[in-house]
Amino acid sequence: MGETITFWVLAVVSVGAALGMVFNRKAVYSALMLGTVMLCLAVLYAVQDAPFLAAVQIIVYTGAIMMLFLFVLMLVGVDSSDSLVETIKGQRFWAIIAGAGFATLIILAAGNAIFAPEAGLAAATGQGGYIRSIALQLFTKYVFPFEITSALLITAALGAMVLAHRERVTQKATQKELSRARFRGDHPSPLPGPGTYARSNAIDMPALLPDGSVAEASVNRHIARYDVEHGRLPDNPKLAEAIKHAAEESTAPTEAEQDAETNEVTK
Amino acid sequence: MTTHYLVLSGLLFAIGALGVLIRRNAIVVFMCVELMLNACNLAFVTFARQVGNLEGQIIAFFVMVVAAAEVVVGLAIIVTIFRTRRSASVDDANLLKY
Repeated sequence: MGETITFWVLAVVSVGAALGMVFNRKAVYSALMLGTVMLCLAVLYAVQDAPFLAAVQIIVYTGAIMMLFLFVLMLVGVDSSDSLVETIKGQRFWAIIAGAGFATLIILAAGNAIFAPEAGLAAATGQGGYIRSIALQLFTKYVFPFEITSALLITAALGAMVLAHRERVTQKATQKELSRARFRGDHPSPLPGPGTYARSNAIDMPALLPDGSVAEASVNRHIARYDVEHGRLPDNPKLAEAIKHAAEESTAPTEAEQDAETNEVTK
Repeated sequence: MTTHYLVLSGLLFAIGALGVLIRRNAIVVFMCVELMLNACNLAFVTFARQVGNLEGQIIAFFVMVVAAAEVVVGLAIIVTIFRTRRSASVDDANLLKY
């Protein structure tokens, strides 16, 4: 009875979370939904006499793999959401039809199968208990695959390092060059700090110079762009104009950076 | 109960396959693949109890290990593609098309 209740609660939660994962537009929400599904499955393993797998599921999947997914999401950019344009016409419609058909097929196949009463694991774990039986299988019958696994893990770690490594194509700028570039540029001194108005959250407010003009360089261009995109401009028209200007400037350098990067790759 | 677990496993697998078909973000597609692997593991564990030996659980354990290795390499590939093409969308990786 207890197992039935657990099963139904977790089945509803996991199917709901899986659907949420597929249909959520934001990738971070999808990752959290996937974490929920994995936790539900861990409990289902525990219910089905597989406590070892339940622990491994939580440690490996929810602990390691989900963290890796979240790290990569943060690296790649959380806001890189899906495009709504369909490259293949009608793909979404037919995909949903195919998915529904596949689900019906599996449900009918599994639902029509007649199973003998569950054998249970009591006989298999007879000698020495559950963990010992698992260890016995792993280190006798499956010892070769188990050893191969270590080679696989080392290869994967090495492969990830090779893929994620970036070769430096230009010399690293020395301190001498950096300081020379700074004195040749517009601002030999540090940029003015933002914020003159205590009434607002001052990091996105440009500073005022002694003559009353606005110092555009005092706002971080990314923060300025955020303000423009989210409509958080100050009431003062002079300040708003300065923030807009700073935000427009920000688009140009990023494109230049992109070009530099593609050049680097093609080299 | 075996049928219940198998139906749940099949449903999760179908949802994962659906996600692979309709999502464009490479990372989300990858998550859907993970969901399919998890659904298979549930079927393995269920059959282990149904048949009454531990081999199903051992196979599920190996699936988890291989999945961990696969995720590491797959995410590294996605990061590399993102670095060169500035996009994580599976539609943008079409250099071999023409």
